[in-house]
Amino acid sequence: MRMVAYAMVPGMAAQWYVFGWGVLIQACLAVAAAVVTEGVILTLRKKNVERALSDYSAVLTALLLAVSIPPSLPWWMTVLGAIFAIAVAKQVYGGLGFNMFNPAMIAYVMLLVSFPAAMTMWLPPAGVFDGAPGFIDTVSLIFTGFTQGGYDVTQLRTLADGVTSATPLDAVKTGLTQGATYSELLNTQTFATPAIESMGKGWGMVSLAYLLGGLFLIRQRIITWHIPGSLIVSVALVSLVLHLADGDYYASPVFHLLNGAVLIGAFFIATDPVSASTTPRGRIIFGAAIGFWIVIIRTFGGYPDAVAFGVIIMNMAVPLIDYYTRPRTYGRAAPRKPQGGR
Amino acid sequence: MYPAFDDIITNLNQNKLSSFPGGVHPEDRKALSANSTISRLPLPELITVPMRQHVGTDGQCCVEVGDKVLKGQALTTSQNPFSVPVHAPTSGEIVAIAPHVTAHPSGLTEMCISIRPDGKDEWTSLKPVTQYQDMQPQKVVAAICDAGISGMGGAGFPTHIKTASSKEVEFLIINGVECEPYITSDDRLMREHAWQIRQGIDVLEHLLSPKAIVIAIEDNKPEAIEAMKIACQDKAAYRVVAVETKYPAGGEKQLIQVITGREVPRNGLPADVGVLMFNVGTSYAIADAIFHGKPLIERVVTVTGEAVQKPGNFWALIGTPVRHLLEQVNYLPKKQRQPQIIMGGPMMGFTLNDSDIPVVKITNCLLVPAKNELPDDDSERPCIRCSDCASACPASLLPQQLYWHAKAKELDKAEEYDLFDCIECGACAYVCPSEIPLVHYYRQAKAEIRTQRDERNKAEKARERFEARKARLEQEKLEREEKHRKAKEARLAAANAPAEKGEAKDKVAAALARAKAKKAALTSDDSSSTADDKKAQVAAAIERAKAKKAAQSTSSASPEEDKDAASVSPEQEKKDKVAAAIARAKAKKAAQQATVASDPKSSDETSATSDSDAQPEEKPKALSAEEEKKRRVAAAVARAKAKKAEKDNAIASDSSNAPGDTQTQAEEQPEPISAEEEKKRRVAAAVAKAKAKKAEKDNALASDSSNAPGDTQTQAEEQPEPISAEEEKKRRVAAAVARAKAKKAAKENAAPTDNPDESSDEQTVTQDQSEPLSDEDEKKRRIAAAVAKAKAKKAAKEQNNNESNEL
Repeated sequence: MRMVAYAMVPGMAAQWYVFGWGVLIQACLAVAAAVVTEGVILTLRKKNVERALSDYSAVLTALLLAVSIPPSLPWWMTVLGAIFAIAVAKQVYGGLGFNMFNPAMIAYVMLLVSFPAAMTMWLPPAGVFDGAPGFIDTVSLIFTGFTQGGYDVTQLRTLADGVTSATPLDAVKTGLTQGATYSELLNTQTFATPAIESMGKGWGMVSLAYLLGGLFLIRQRIITWHIPGSLIVSVALVSLVLHLADGDYYASPVFHLLNGAVLIGAFFIATDPVSASTTPRGRIIFGAAIGFWIVIIRTFGGYPDAVAFGVIIMNMAVPLIDYYTRPRTYGRAAPRKPQGGR
Repeated sequence: MYPAFDDIITNLNQNKLSSFPGGVHPEDRKALSANSTISRLPLPELITVPMRQHVGTDGQCCVEVGDKVLKGQALTTSQNPFSVPVHAPTSGEIVAIAPHVTAHPSGLTEMCISIRPDGKDEWTSLKPVTQYQDMQPQKVVAAICDAGISGMGGAGFPTHIKTASSKEVEFLIINGVECEPYITSDDRLMREHAWQIRQGIDVLEHLLSPKAIVIAIEDNKPEAIEAMKIACQDKAAYRVVAVETKYPAGGEKQLIQVITGREVPRNGLPADVGVLMFNVGTSYAIADAIFHGKPLIERVVTVTGEAVQKPGNFWALIGTPVRHLLEQVNYLPKKQRQPQIIMGGPMMGFTLNDSDIPVVKITNCLLVPAKNELPDDDSERPCIRCSDCASACPASLLPQQLYWHAKAKELDKAEEYDLFDCIECGACAYVCPSEIPLVHYYRQAKAEIRTQRDERNKAEKARERFEARKARLEQEKLEREEKHRKAKEARLAAANAPAEKGEAKDKVAAALARAKAKKAALTSDDSSSTADDKKAQVAAAIERAKAKKAAQSTSSASPEEDKDAASVSPEQEKKDKVAAAIARAKAKKAAQQATVASDPKSSDETSATSDSDAQPEEKPKALSAEEEKKRRVAAAVARAKAKKAEKDNAIASDSSNAPGDTQTQAEEQPEPISAEEEKKRRVAAAVAKAKAKKAEKDNALASDSSNAPGDTQTQAEEQPEPISAEEEKKRRVAAAVARAKAKKAAKENAAPTDNPDESSDEQTVTQDQSEPLSDEDEKKRRIAAAVAKAKAKKAAKEQNNNESNEL
């Protein structure tokens, strides 16, 4: 777990570079809340607190939550999310190893459903917006809702270009519903990166930084290639089919992969061993299905991003997948099939 | 999945090996002990030899406390294919035969024979089998068994069973892989005694004639590979193969997979895929047994770990206490957190809880780790389902699921996840990031399942027994009811048969009178001339025997008998009479009992009175010449009919004693009867024949032909042939008697003691008892008897079945 946390460093650094201090402050808040919650609950359950905390699972959960939420989210929402992740999504199920769902994603979805406006208030990335708040301003923004200059998040967003600046996923989703074509939307300020046309400014950089961390994890044999590989391929394939069907209405595979949380999701979230499938074949199915849901929900659903939903949906299917993907035991003709009626 | 032999050989020639899934690469730590030559130890003070050190059953102990034994002398004898003897590892005195803690994870005690060495180390006389090529394989196998050799790689399977395999052996694999970290005993053995191992392989080759021989050694033991190559260089057929170092490549199933690409089927044996595997140590021991006659009394043991000063390899006598070995290598308990001695390697070994535990035939290593050398047992954390264990599992199991279910005591689920395919190699526990001692959980779960199974089996057996008993009782009840029903039918049939009811009383009276007379005849004979009586009995017996024979064989035999009957000397006449009288008396008695059947208690009295007062009637009838003639004619007729009957009976093939008896009785009886009677007889016979045919038809229809009704009918049919009134009466009486008998017989049949044998006997008796018989009667009788017997057999069979079910 500690290694996974280390592997998040490049991605978080990119987020800090692109979005400012917010992500680090949120990370500290979430980690503190999660660790305290875990400690309290383990004490109540009369478990070995020190040993349980030393597995860094609470820290990792908090970090994953922190990088998923908008950097300027009010502090109490972050704290609430972290507590919810540890207390409800993890300890209620029996603690580490027994939770069915990915705790960070459960907390994220809880926050998203409870506070939809705040949870979609992303400040524009650097390069789009030069007036990003500094450290003090950010602290003030998170804890009071206003920068020292007296602006709140909405005002800061409007300052950028006079219109509400959105995330790339938001921009395309909203734009498409307003009748614009996909290629027109790519010509807006949100994109306009020279190297890769459909990569959102700043967002692409963050995604690639997480990719780097993920490859490091695979290299260190901390995760296997199965889930990230199948997830990425699946996202690419599904979006490619849609894009080929109607290039004006459906975004390209590159757009889907490099914007939003697909890459961090593929390497850091879906690979949570506790809530993921445990068989090699099952993991491929698990990853691919998440990829499918991501594209489908992004394209046809109400929310701009869908990594959390995809992961949670497939968490539910894990027992089923595991049951049907048992490897063939040595000396047996085929894995034993269910005998019905159980 | 099942590569062909030729493909495998091609691959082997190209040095291409298969692999097995999973596996781990733990630090091997073999350097600690790999470079020390195998050294000998001083004799320990006490040697404790467990009586069972192999998979299977104990041998029979053949020594007693106080016996002096010589080195190599057998302490137990093998009395079961799955047992091998143990031998005295040195000369000395037996000081105890008692339970002692042995090398077992649970610290169980087992029967052990303790020897106090006398220090002379004196060998018993050894019988080498040098010319093994010229001997019958069984004898070589027996020599291997007598040497007490069981698999030395770890499982301890009796070697002679494997060497006696009748299946075709394609591959003989000699396992020198020794994949477990720390252990170097096989490595050293191969380096130092390659030639003797090779000799052992020669013996195995002779016994098994495999198509290919592979000596497999992990590639981290180049010296051993080299040594074995040199030892086998003159035999091109012996392939020394270096296999990839990966734990657990030395597992039997895994090594078979590596060499051949084949998988041993579940619940199968390597022989099922054409493979037999022996450990190098076993091969060495075989050579020892054959060429030197030495039983297996010592083995190489690696004593290693950082908590001993001089790790190395030792020839340890079987039964040497672990403590004795540790003393030789300067065990440093201070280096350990708490004393910990592991028997076996770090992966599959188990911690000993007593340093008096003796070395056994499968002990290859004693590991004494310093603190922090091995992971702590108590640092277990929750499973995070990372499934690293699944990737490491050589059997492609899902250890995380097994663990989950084992811990939750969902044993059926654990079994469903193939818990019993786990070879307990420990690769999963080795890779577990949460340091869960997974194998420990599996062993526990397996033990629990086995216990449950035993209990279930017991319960199941009890249930089966109960159900079999219930079924049997049910069956008996049905049979009883059936008999009651038949008896009722018989009664009804009998009741319908007599024409006039008014005569019945007379008949009964007459019958009583006659019975008395007969009884009297019998008793008088008894009293007057015992000698005669004896003779008569003998004669009757002889005749009966003859009759039986005659009836059984063919009709050609019967004339003889008839001749006997025909050419009657007065003496014979008497005997005949006596015989007939006996028969009749029986009948009468039965009849009386039956007549009073409504009041069974009184029947005894009645018969008693009849005994006393009824002497004089029938006795005085002597035979005139005329009568004699008639008799012969009758006999001739009877014979003819008998033939016919015989033919009929031939279908119910075993026309045996019971009908025979009846026949005899029947043939005997006509003799002492007056001429008048004789006439009546014949007439009756003629009429009866006609009716008999009808009756037979009826019988055939009621296919499970109740003999009782048949009998009754016959009796009934006899009656209507009246000649003189007197006779008529007698007849009727006889018929009534017969009917009554039939009833009684039926009742008796229906009685709860339905032993089929008994019932058939009863029937025979009934038939014996019946009044003077016509030939038709006989026929029917025989048929009836045959039917009865068939039934009896069936009943007996059913009973047998029930009984066997019960078992």
